[in-house]
Amino acid sequence: MLSANRQEASRHGAYWLIVLPALLMLALLYFVPLGNVLLTSVTDPKPGLQNYGLLFTSTSVQKALVTTVRIAAITTFFALLLGYVVAYAMRAASTRTQRFMLVGVLLPFWISVLVRSFAWIALLGTQGPLNSALVAWGLVDEPVALVRNETGVLIGMVHIMVPYAVLTLYANMRGIDVGLVAAARSLGASRFQAFRMVFLPLTVPGLIGAGTLVFILSLGFYVTPALLGGGKVLMIAEYVAVQINDTLRWGLGTMLAATLMIAVLGCLWALSRVIDVKRLFGA
Amino acid sequence: MSEPLVRFIDVRKSYDGKADAVRALNLEVANGEFLTLLGPSGSGKTTTLTMLAGFEQPTAGRIFVGADDITHVPVEKRGIGMVFQNYALFPNMTVGENIGFPLKVRRMAGAEIASKVTRALAMVRLEGLADRKPQQLSGGQQQRVAVARALVFEPRLVLLDEPLGALDRQLREQMQYELKHLHERLGVTMVYVTHDQVEAMTMSDRVAVFSAGQLRQVAAPRRLYEEPDSLFVARFLGESNILPGTVRERRDGQCGVVLNGGQTVVATAVGTSEKVNLAVRPEKIALGSAAAGCINHFPAKVVEVSFLGDQLRVRLEALGQEDFIVKFANAPGHAALEPGGAIEIGWRAEDCRALGE
Ligand SMILES: Nc1ncnc2c1ncn2[C@@H]1O[C@H](COP(=O)(O)OP(=O)(O)O)[C@@H](O)[C@H]1O
Ligand SMILES: [Mg+2]
Repeated sequence: MLSANRQEASRHGAYWLIVLPALLMLALLYFVPLGNVLLTSVTDPKPGLQNYGLLFTSTSVQKALVTTVRIAAITTFFALLLGYVVAYAMRAASTRTQRFMLVGVLLPFWISVLVRSFAWIALLGTQGPLNSALVAWGLVDEPVALVRNETGVLIGMVHIMVPYAVLTLYANMRGIDVGLVAAARSLGASRFQAFRMVFLPLTVPGLIGAGTLVFILSLGFYVTPALLGGGKVLMIAEYVAVQINDTLRWGLGTMLAATLMIAVLGCLWALSRVIDVKRLFGA
Repeated sequence: MSEPLVRFIDVRKSYDGKADAVRALNLEVANGEFLTLLGPSGSGKTTTLTMLAGFEQPTAGRIFVGADDITHVPVEKRGIGMVFQNYALFPNMTVGENIGFPLKVRRMAGAEIASKVTRALAMVRLEGLADRKPQQLSGGQQQRVAVARALVFEPRLVLLDEPLGALDRQLREQMQYELKHLHERLGVTMVYVTHDQVEAMTMSDRVAVFSAGQLRQVAAPRRLYEEPDSLFVARFLGESNILPGTVRERRDGQCGVVLNGGQTVVATAVGTSEKVNLAVRPEKIALGSAAAGCINHFPAKVVEVSFLGDQLRVRLEALGQEDFIVKFANAPGHAALEPGGAIEIGWRAEDCRALGE
């Protein structure tokens, strides 16, 4: 018994030795810069919380924050809506079709966000195929501004976010017994009633999980708003970059980065309070 | 038996367009009857039930409930209660909401739903559990909720697909009793699927035996056991000694059959086949002096005697077979048997059926 215990302990020791280098790397490359950011946010240009005070006093900071939250929220809404439809269709499809659809959903991950943003600019621009078609069909008199504004940012971001929503929702939906919907029907529920009273409530954890994930990722978007917004839509990440690269206001930049991080952690904490995160992602 | 509630008319079902999961099905279920579909796994029981429930459409044929042709009526319009093997309780609802579900989708008033749910809970002896989530109940309790949910909207017909399959033996026997009791009390027609022959025998008014998509025989349990009309049924229900032979003459519902070893046996004629298999139940065989009074009697040698408590099971060498089985009750004064000993065996023509293939 005793020797078994000691063996166990030494095995734990060996385990830690193997993990240690990785942990050190992580600490060095992740926590040290992070600590630096936090430190800078309360020391630059002089020690104190005056950088955080800007959250309440600076209209340009507030505007960037409001824009960020608004765009993230709208993106989340549309990504969930489209993602739900795709995930639902995937679940109902045959195994073969499901596999094809999954590849289709994953494909965009292999194309850089930069490329996709330029593609949208080309597609949605005033000279682009979409506007040309709209004008040619007489649906509009002159080209519609679909890009270099908030609409363009939203289109680009929803496009990037839908796969995340699909994958999260699909994982959740696959865990739902199809027999439940069949049972609801046999008990007298119409298709719609069975969906609304049985299926939809069971996907709420998936919706919350996907929604949080998409919202968090959307908060930190940089490339897409910068390119598709045409400089008119300033979200936090770009605002931070401007402070650090152009105006050299490190204190303000790091304060916003820290605020963003705290907001994200807050979202995750709230999520963990409502649902079992591990189960949601099928762990 | 009163007029039929359910009629399957020449129903055929093929999922893939090639093999038939169910074929040439003609079956009637009487009003108020407890009918069991019995058969090995893959024999088409669930397919038959799901066509009646409306989850699957027959490839050919028609299904009637009462005077209505329901072949193409959607599931939710059929008003048939269904209990699933895995219970299929809604995890997002409480027990009370689960049971109230069929009433709610029928837009019944809240107060009426509440009183019906309370009564349904009492019926399955789950008083006071209305506010639990299904996951917080034991398997047996979940099954009761599923039964209550299928009965609460007072359907004329309730379908149960291996509802007790996941329960342990003791609970199963208790639930069998309770289901049977509910059936009698409510007078509702039940169609029950199982692959357990004992369950089928104890619960049913009639049993329909399926094999490979085909309905082989429908009869009351006793009749099915005593008078199987195919080799499949004789083998599937209980135990039978099978003796292959050829019919030599037929007279008055009986026939003389010459076995492959040359012996002649008088049996009850079933069908018109020349090549037959005689089926004799092990407990219908008389031993020793009692055998001499039977029309069929032969010498045999004891190979093995197994003591099963309430009965004895004897393996004999007889009629060229090495595993001829005889069973008899462990009653006072039964014959003392030793392996290697010689003994006379015999049976009546009524207890021996000449079955075609
Ligand atoms: N949904 C289905 N799709 C294709 N084949 C099926 C389906 N359901 C059942 N089958 C086939 O039909 C036959 C009968 O199955 P089933 O009715 O489930 O039998 P049982 O309930 O008696 O075990 C089997 O060969 C089975 O493989
Ligand atoms: Mg089955």
